[in-house]
Amino acid sequence: MELIFEKSRDGRHGVKLPDKDVPAEGRVPARLRREKDAELPSVSEPEVVRHFTNLSKMNFGVDSNFYPLGSCTMKYNPKFTEKIASSEHFADLHPLQPQLIMGGMLTQGALEIISNLEKLLCEITGMDVFTTHPMAGAHGELTGVMLMAAYHRHKGNAKKFILIPDSGHGTNPASAAIAGYRIKTVSSDSNGVMDLEEFRRKIDDEVAGVMLTCPNTLGVFNPHISEICDLTHEAGGLMYYDGANLNAIMGKVRPGDLGFDIVHLNLHKTFATPHGGGGPGAGPVGVKEYLEPFMPVSRVVRRKDGTFALDYDKPLSVGYISPFYGNFSVLVKAYAYIMLLGKEGLVEASENAVLNANYLKEKLKKDYEIPYDSNCLHEFVVSAAKQAEKGVKALDIAKALINEGIHPPTVYFPLIVKEAMMIEPTETESRETLDSFVDIMKNIARMAERDPGKFADFPANMPVKRPDEVKAARDMDLAFTGTEKGAGG
Amino acid sequence: MSYIPHSQKDREEMLREIGISSGNMDELFKGIPEDLRARSFSIPSGRSEYEVMEHLKELADRNTTGLVNFVGGGFYDHYIPAAVDALVSRSEFYTAYTPYQPEASQGTLQAIYEYQSCICRLTGMDVSNASLYDGGTALYEAAMLAIRATGRNKIIMDGGVNPIYRKMMYSYTSNLNIEFVDIPVTRDRDYREKIYAHLDAETAAVILQNPNFFGTIDDHTDISEKCHEKGALVISSVYPISLGILKTPREMDVDITTGEGQSLGIPLSFGGPYLGFMAAKKELARKMPGRIVGATRDAEGRRGFVLTLQTREQHIRREKASSNICSNEALCALRALIYMSLIGKEGLKKVARLCLDKTEYARERISGIRDVEVKKEWPTFNEFVVKLPRNPNEVIGKLINKGIAAGFPLGRYYSSMEDYLLIAVTEKRTKRDIAIFSDALEAALWS
Repeated sequence: MELIFEKSRDGRHGVKLPDKDVPAEGRVPARLRREKDAELPSVSEPEVVRHFTNLSKMNFGVDSNFYPLGSCTMKYNPKFTEKIASSEHFADLHPLQPQLIMGGMLTQGALEIISNLEKLLCEITGMDVFTTHPMAGAHGELTGVMLMAAYHRHKGNAKKFILIPDSGHGTNPASAAIAGYRIKTVSSDSNGVMDLEEFRRKIDDEVAGVMLTCPNTLGVFNPHISEICDLTHEAGGLMYYDGANLNAIMGKVRPGDLGFDIVHLNLHKTFATPHGGGGPGAGPVGVKEYLEPFMPVSRVVRRKDGTFALDYDKPLSVGYISPFYGNFSVLVKAYAYIMLLGKEGLVEASENAVLNANYLKEKLKKDYEIPYDSNCLHEFVVSAAKQAEKGVKALDIAKALINEGIHPPTVYFPLIVKEAMMIEPTETESRETLDSFVDIMKNIARMAERDPGKFADFPANMPVKRPDEVKAARDMDLAFTGTEKGAGG
Repeated sequence: MSYIPHSQKDREEMLREIGISSGNMDELFKGIPEDLRARSFSIPSGRSEYEVMEHLKELADRNTTGLVNFVGGGFYDHYIPAAVDALVSRSEFYTAYTPYQPEASQGTLQAIYEYQSCICRLTGMDVSNASLYDGGTALYEAAMLAIRATGRNKIIMDGGVNPIYRKMMYSYTSNLNIEFVDIPVTRDRDYREKIYAHLDAETAAVILQNPNFFGTIDDHTDISEKCHEKGALVISSVYPISLGILKTPREMDVDITTGEGQSLGIPLSFGGPYLGFMAAKKELARKMPGRIVGATRDAEGRRGFVLTLQTREQHIRREKASSNICSNEALCALRALIYMSLIGKEGLKKVARLCLDKTEYARERISGIRDVEVKKEWPTFNEFVVKLPRNPNEVIGKLINKGIAAGFPLGRYYSSMEDYLLIAVTEKRTKRDIAIFSDALEAALWS
């Protein structure tokens, strides 16, 4: 499809702007002006609308396709929360308004939503205090590790390392590293959970904390979790819970009860806010009471008269990790979702997510190797190792699924499984969708046996087929520089 | 009610398939020891869609919007064309994930490529990433990029950089071994000498902002030259709408530019989601943080788009990644792209020109008020500082009662500026708005 720049014609406009209504003329000295205009496209509104509508049709989304992308919790995004969040009383609210005298009184509804959501997330996770400021899951991780650092600095603890299992999300070690820590990786045992013996050898008083996903990326709940928490605390370290997989356990298990000190949640996973093609998300962080003094500023507090205000006076705080209060409109959507589902609905969501994952695992296990075949929770990992022997790799299976209108599972992750395909169906898929996925996966397995060469043709029905990633990285065509066709030349 | 399609019968049959005949869903969790189960789960019962809508509407009504807004501070009340909202509401865009599978994501990928192209055209830079969380995080990521690229660890930061961003920078780096030099805000030329006095062989970058937090515009070409002589990079945080008129970071030989993209079609939304953009010279591409989309060819020679240079990223490089970012602000980048497409080359100039002229009008009106000092020594874009004869909070309170958000009190971030007010004017403010504001300001001070 043509680029928007290739549709540009001089003299066309997409928006009617107001005419100048003031007599004054602002002056910018010539040396402070740009020499040439910014070559933004010149297109009419109908052309812009058609361009982006047609682009949208080149995407799979949850509304149009089954999207069992492991660890991403691609559940249905309710429509009413979109409507609520777009209310002008939220959308037009200036974030600096509460910093004006009297202005805080004009944002009471927004502050109450933040406060109510924080309380709900505390109860869901068993933590004491939440902040809504982190703007994505990895941002929550960074905030969590910064909290650890602030705590240890305050205590005078000399800590250097963060322990992370080899099945952990890539963001865990990346977040710990940019917060100034060195990483020690702990292997997984034969059940797919962190190896307890190796952990015992590696935990010592130089360890600032341990970052864990529970259930982990294999969908397996670590039965030694209490012991791991105890050992970490004895060594003076903190336990960090990566909440990417919370959709497995709502109402069943709470990280706070298990002994975790810090958790982050992904509202764009568990709490049904849309992923937006990569974002925005929201990654609120919860902690136990004793870490409250270190939480980012500002904090929403409730005054004696019942009104809400922002508290910036926190001398031990890690400071500002967001310009304001986080991705507010995402928070509104998650809050509305929790209010609608309520206690029973949240439990039901987790139960059905786990049911769907186990159902798929049971149905796929004859045709695909399942390296860690214990009871899974919300997701599980199959290996295409058997198919790879015939030359059909996980990536080829992914492309065959696209050909069938299904977004592939997460492939090649976790790193500890060869030819990994991480499958997370979520609770919002019907039994017919799951059965149809199983049929397609079985067909693919049969085709891998009989006609492995066929996979090179997939996907045959999409706008592109296997675009050349090596060429992309080598040529680095990262912005269109022409005015006519030529990108990717 | 959890958007679950299964009937009771479906559930029972599916449970049987996996060997649970009791029909008890809780058996799915039998692998979790009893003593590890939730000790409490005291969440209110669910409510109907209508009831939740009413509850949220009631909370929404407790926010006062529709104030005639002269507050900016880096976050501006610009007009958002209706087509922006309509197009980002296409669920094929907003219910998709990060475009890991290019065949199933060409819509998102091409849009990001077009967004990167627009950001490059706006700033004059060679490469842009696909977005970061916000302007403040983008500035921090730029500092880290400069540190990686130069192998040095000293950062000089101008006092005219948004104070919120400066706070974010210090917070993010508080556990790292980075030396910061803060150049105090001055209203004369000698701040350049102060920068140069600290510029040395250990300096990774000098961080500037244009227009700066006080709305003042400048040409930083001479600073870039001095920095490059010492092997340091220059980072500039910019306001995208101003680039309809102002000299680009590239024309000033800046190495990395960042900014808050909120003004490009993204609602103020009480602080987010916003859009951090980052663009740089080509030689820095392989060290940049965040997703980047590249154009390529597919197996049949057709043009296609993919996530590229992924070996920089956390899902491959883990602790050696250039950043920890995974989810970004893709839908906000899409908003910015659609805004830039609708407004176009001529529209951007016109919006910038309207901001400039209306701001000049506001400056003229307000400078006529007795004992109000309007700083005029330096040119500004759409924001300017006034010194009031008394603490601005009193005035702000009075004007809020009249439905006007008068501006931002600088004393909040600068202890030496207790009497100063920062006033922003966008294309949405009419001559009448400005006149009413000016009259109300005068009345608040003198009647």
